[in-house]
Amino acid sequence: MSFMFKALGATAALALTAGAALAEPAIIYDLGGKYDKSFNEAAWHGAQRWEKETGKKFREVEIQSEAQREQVLRRLAQAGADPIVMTGFAFADVLNKVAPDFPKTKFAIVDSVVEQPNVESIVFTEEQGSYLVGILAAMASKTGTVGFIGGMDIPLIHKFECGYAQGVKSVNAADKVIVNYTGTTPTAWNDPVKGGELAKAQIAQGADVIYAAAGGTGVGVLQAAADAKKLSIGVDSNQNYLHPGYVLTSMQKRVDNAVYNVFKEGANMKPGVKVMDLKAGGVAAAMDQNNEKLITPAMKEALDKATKGIEDGTIKVHDYMTDNKCPVD
Amino acid sequence: MTLASLLEILDSTVRLGTPLLLACLAGLFSERSGIFDIGLEGKMLVAAFLSAAVASTTGSAWLGLLAGIGASMAFAAIHGLASITFRGNQLISGVGLNLLASGLTVLVGEHWFHLGGGTPALSGGARFLDKTLPLADTLKPVPVLGPVYDQLISGHSVLVYIAFLCVPATWWVLYRTRFGLRLRAVGENPAAVDTAGVSVVRLRYTAVAIAGLLCGIAGTYLSCSLAAGFGREMTAGRGYIALAALIFAKWRPWYALAATMLFGFLDALSNRYQTLDIGPLHIPNQFMSALPFILTVVILAGFVGKAIPPRAGGEPYVKER
Repeated sequence: MSFMFKALGATAALALTAGAALAEPAIIYDLGGKYDKSFNEAAWHGAQRWEKETGKKFREVEIQSEAQREQVLRRLAQAGADPIVMTGFAFADVLNKVAPDFPKTKFAIVDSVVEQPNVESIVFTEEQGSYLVGILAAMASKTGTVGFIGGMDIPLIHKFECGYAQGVKSVNAADKVIVNYTGTTPTAWNDPVKGGELAKAQIAQGADVIYAAAGGTGVGVLQAAADAKKLSIGVDSNQNYLHPGYVLTSMQKRVDNAVYNVFKEGANMKPGVKVMDLKAGGVAAAMDQNNEKLITPAMKEALDKATKGIEDGTIKVHDYMTDNKCPVD
Repeated sequence: MTLASLLEILDSTVRLGTPLLLACLAGLFSERSGIFDIGLEGKMLVAAFLSAAVASTTGSAWLGLLAGIGASMAFAAIHGLASITFRGNQLISGVGLNLLASGLTVLVGEHWFHLGGGTPALSGGARFLDKTLPLADTLKPVPVLGPVYDQLISGHSVLVYIAFLCVPATWWVLYRTRFGLRLRAVGENPAAVDTAGVSVVRLRYTAVAIAGLLCGIAGTYLSCSLAAGFGREMTAGRGYIALAALIFAKWRPWYALAATMLFGFLDALSNRYQTLDIGPLHIPNQFMSALPFILTVVILAGFVGKAIPPRAGGEPYVKER
């Protein structure tokens, strides 16, 4: 046993000295995987942009199971990576444990708040972005029924749902929002078949615009909607290109900007909570050539009005996570 | 519940039950010959991957189907080699194949497409699109029967019809042909079959190959029809559920149809009604998603009675000791 400790200590020391020279930034992707066409992929795009602009390299790891979270994070910190970004609320507990052990390393976590002196917590105001796409959904819907498909049933995704519902009801209070969640375990982020099945069930109940906030599962939702010639709304990354003409818009969460900024600041990164809201360009309803035919001038006008309202504070979008309640249920 | 929503749930049942049905029949052939097949999941997964990969490159769903069947049968051949020729432990061989499939698909997929182990999205001819059966539109106005025909029976992918035809075909092969009689015998008492001068090894290899074929169709249905493209671990445990359905069905083809459709129905039901309000009682989402599993346990424990597996199942046949 004592030999083990010595050996481990020696490797750790080696890794630390080696790391001091390197100091590459690193990113850890959550279980959805780097190419989920959504949340993690957005983070990857940000890191790539930084790589292209600076010509420097970064390290990246895709975890494969829950058990790897702490292991991977510790190993990267020991190897001297700095700063280390992790995408996903699920890293919060682990980071709380690991961060104090590496006081000189800077960490950044997306989607959760970890109060440690060397951690930057980046949170987005998803309710504001979802409110905007909710307005578009209600205006595009002909049946007066719209759908929402969430990934894992957690408060963060209820925040999307609640913002969306508020946006829909702001256009027409009588509109119906059908809500489904894919599951209660992390596999819910990666089940396109179930996502498609839920979308078909919602379409059968009259929904003609479906908002998917479900990571990789959303790919199945968007596919099923396009198959049935109905509209869908993407999330996190701009997913309008997946089915041009059938994806109404995407609730873009600029995780790419967040990751890019952290990498750029490097050692100068400021710990604390950073709120990426509508004003700061953290969230947006994606507009490009793939959906320009779907967005009418009236919709554009309503969108601009709501954006202005949220930015100057005249429209308050309730955040589900403050009290675990939604005013429009 | 209206007729329309009932039909929608049944329609979803057919879609969700079909991969289970095919995998269950695959297991039935294999286990009836005395070879336990826990590797249904792995075979479906490789088939789903290779069919989507080939379909996306060639643009033809049928070539994809062939490739999927090929991949699944190759895995079946490994299982046969390990458990028939080399008389290895059938469970370990099956588990090994599952692990191999889970790793291999992602590794090869990443190397080929650089999409994180998935394949590009399939469109047009690269997918098995839903077929509208003849007369569906003409019969639509007929009350009750019209919508049933139009929604429930018509409008599925051709693989669904193949799967449903496999049930009577399996029954006929198993109970009405010489091959079927021998297949059942070899799973009960291989020594007797051997004494009669029939090759045990050949019969078992044939059964395992048929299992590979059926799993190949099941996997292709998942990736090239239900979804549009392969995603990491997309079988999501359906192979194991098919195994449970097989026990539930007591290794009989018609019962297998009923069992897999029941599983599909429970799944469809929990998709449709994620929360239920019965008067003042609010049933939460978590309960509804657990419901299929709870009912499975209840049904298995209370209603099935004793399920007796083929007697020689799991034991390699040794001619002389």
